[in-house]
Amino acid sequence: MTTRSSADGERRVRRTWHRPPFIANRALRYGLWLAVAGYLVWALGTLPFNWERIAEGVPRAARIFGGGFPPSFDRADLLFSGFKESLQIAILATLLGVMLSIPFAVMAARNLVPRPVYVVGRAVIIVSRSFHPVIVAILFVAAVGFGPLAGILTLTLYSIGFVGKLLAEEIEEIDWGQVEAMKATGAGYFATLVYAVFPQILPRQVGLSMYQLDSNLRASAVVGIVGAGGIGSTLMNAFGRYDYDFAFAILLVIIAVILVSEGVSGWMRKRIW
Amino acid sequence: MLEITKLVKRYGSDEPVLQELDLRVAGHSVVAIVGASGAGKSTLLRCINRLVEPTSGSIKLNGTELVTLKGAALRRARRKIGMVFQGFNLIDRLTVMENVLAGRLGYVNLYQAVTRRYPQADIERAFALLERVEIAHYANKRADALSGGERQRVGVVRALMQEPEILLADEPTASLDPRTSEQIMRLLQSLASEMSLPVLINIHNVAQAKAYTERIVGLRHGKMIFDGTPAAFTREALEAVYGGIEAPDEAVTEPPAASPRKGPRGVTHDDPL
Amino acid sequence: MVGKPSVKGRVWQRRDRRERLIRYVVLLLSLTVLYWAVSDVDIFWPWVWDAPNQIGRLGARMWPPDPRDLGEILGALLETVHIATLATALTLFVALPVSYIAAQNTTPNRACLWLGRFILVASRSVNTIIWALLFVAIFGPGVLAGILAIMFRSIGFVGKLMGEAIEEIDRRPVEAMQATGANKAKVIAYAVVPQVMPAFFAIVILRWDINIRESTVLGLVGAGGIGVILQGAIDTFAWPTVATILIAIIALVLLGEAVTGVLRSRVI
Repeated sequence: MTTRSSADGERRVRRTWHRPPFIANRALRYGLWLAVAGYLVWALGTLPFNWERIAEGVPRAARIFGGGFPPSFDRADLLFSGFKESLQIAILATLLGVMLSIPFAVMAARNLVPRPVYVVGRAVIIVSRSFHPVIVAILFVAAVGFGPLAGILTLTLYSIGFVGKLLAEEIEEIDWGQVEAMKATGAGYFATLVYAVFPQILPRQVGLSMYQLDSNLRASAVVGIVGAGGIGSTLMNAFGRYDYDFAFAILLVIIAVILVSEGVSGWMRKRIW
Repeated sequence: MLEITKLVKRYGSDEPVLQELDLRVAGHSVVAIVGASGAGKSTLLRCINRLVEPTSGSIKLNGTELVTLKGAALRRARRKIGMVFQGFNLIDRLTVMENVLAGRLGYVNLYQAVTRRYPQADIERAFALLERVEIAHYANKRADALSGGERQRVGVVRALMQEPEILLADEPTASLDPRTSEQIMRLLQSLASEMSLPVLINIHNVAQAKAYTERIVGLRHGKMIFDGTPAAFTREALEAVYGGIEAPDEAVTEPPAASPRKGPRGVTHDDPL
Repeated sequence: MVGKPSVKGRVWQRRDRRERLIRYVVLLLSLTVLYWAVSDVDIFWPWVWDAPNQIGRLGARMWPPDPRDLGEILGALLETVHIATLATALTLFVALPVSYIAAQNTTPNRACLWLGRFILVASRSVNTIIWALLFVAIFGPGVLAGILAIMFRSIGFVGKLMGEAIEEIDRRPVEAMQATGANKAKVIAYAVVPQVMPAFFAIVILRWDINIRESTVLGLVGAGGIGVILQGAIDTFAWPTVATILIAIIALVLLGEAVTGVLRSRVI
């Protein structure tokens, strides 16, 4: 009442209210919806769905899960040797990868090397990060044959890309005063690296190595699917032979191992720092 | 004997930071270099051990021309020039002893440096110097566990480990509280006479400069405008050096802010060279 | 001062005895594990020394890249992008409810909490490729298996991060909404959704980027995308074509990174 009878009698209280839209421009807002709808039609229209085969999915799923339960641990020795190989691949690849990542990280750190070296270092890291490990694995399998060697090479490259990138970023952010102090003592390039750079990146390197071991163990289960050794190869074989009960047993153990490894690696990283 | 003639330093195409500077330091005198931020004090010191590349001019230490040196020859020259930094520039994660021994990096080979197998003589010298500055009991502590004054003593000992022919101190007390900075100044003064060492100290605190040095050099805009004994550094001289730029710290022993100062031309203590 | 007799012959060791002992034990353990791994792994060592050669030869066979199938490759790349995008979109319908029940502060009850967590863990522990293997077995080779594989893996990722975002929200607006007498759905709409919106966009964009990478390999187990023709080219030893496909994949991944970079700066 007071509002209406106030001095400014002509002005009335606004009766309607709309939430201001997320995108203010009306054309853009509706255009976006239209674009989304158009994209869906286009994508779903051009993708080759084989509906007849998909229709068979339900009975097939029933057969697979029927065949898969209960999971069979009859061939536990095969399961065990597959995991042993995965673990070996992960350990060796992590060791090689973490060691090799240091020179590549130095090469890819803008503040430590001349420009041409930096470009090479970055290029190696970008390329090794662009390819999914499975693609790298299939190429290594083609080059050096089936087996754990291809897996080790793949995961080494994968580790170089991941650890190298993060380490290089860490190096670019170090306290430069320590480097200056070492230069002032007349220390050479490598002595400066060892004294002024490495101690600063060490905690990060240890953490990354732990993380990478965990990550390589996961990945080693995957690269095996294209023939690079480890439990992945065992799983692939089980699937190929329609041994679904064994395949499900492998899957269950993979999940368990990954959970344990994740927990252990997280705990170690927390402990060390 | 240090002889600097017509030293010019120019960053990019800006006004030169040092304009044809001449300076001779003979015998073992303690010289204070005073001047406002951006006057070129830090650049001058860094030109001497070539952490900053001089644009032109000549710097001779005991007859050796420093400006033209390259690679190993430069490193051999650097190990004869000790440097103490404002931010201490210790390697935080290493122990006090490792930091001190790092002063020998110009002398030992890479294998010795990496494995910490320093010659017995170096270790004895390190202990002797640590005893001298009263922090020998901290030898196995990590450098980042020490207080500011203790850290700067480690910095001084590291510089002295080089068996230098000259000691450069770049604002050695600027990050310390008043009492500790007096201690460090007194230490530098007495070490200079004990070891017959010329010492160049960049200092912001005019009172300390007058109290602990034998000669004061005043810089303004990269030119030397005062050179004389502390007694001759009168109010007029002070006015000439600092006038119209900022208040000097005369009489007040309050240290300037602990953060590294940035000069107007971007001359910082973390210059990327 | 330097001549003080007390320092003569003093030794300095970087670490004390206990630290050194621990270091030696750790070193010994690591070496044992390493020895076990090297000696036990099923590798034919002469092949290892020959590996650089073999890799070099493979590289030589790929050069120069053969651009003749470029049209087909680009088509497959587009299919790859579609798989990633559709799967990311579908993921949201499942991941959001799951993250809601898997977050401590919004879950209706304990049973839902554990159900949500189980779904997230199961989804994250099985790799995309393994999901793809399973779906190819069920629905046959093709893009549907690929979309489902990417989706099932993404649910865990998006759900876990969204759950964490929900757990980190400011409680006070929630209380304020409850104090007005709003029911649960209204509280979510007014107090939870606005707070997790930025995190939501960031997570979705991040996952889309990852999904593009992941969907490049789906085809290797028959689940559609560029991987199918990569596998085909490898099987027929058409190495120059393989090189073209690899270059195309790098280009796609870098493009994806650029797009997500732009989206991130625009939306967030």
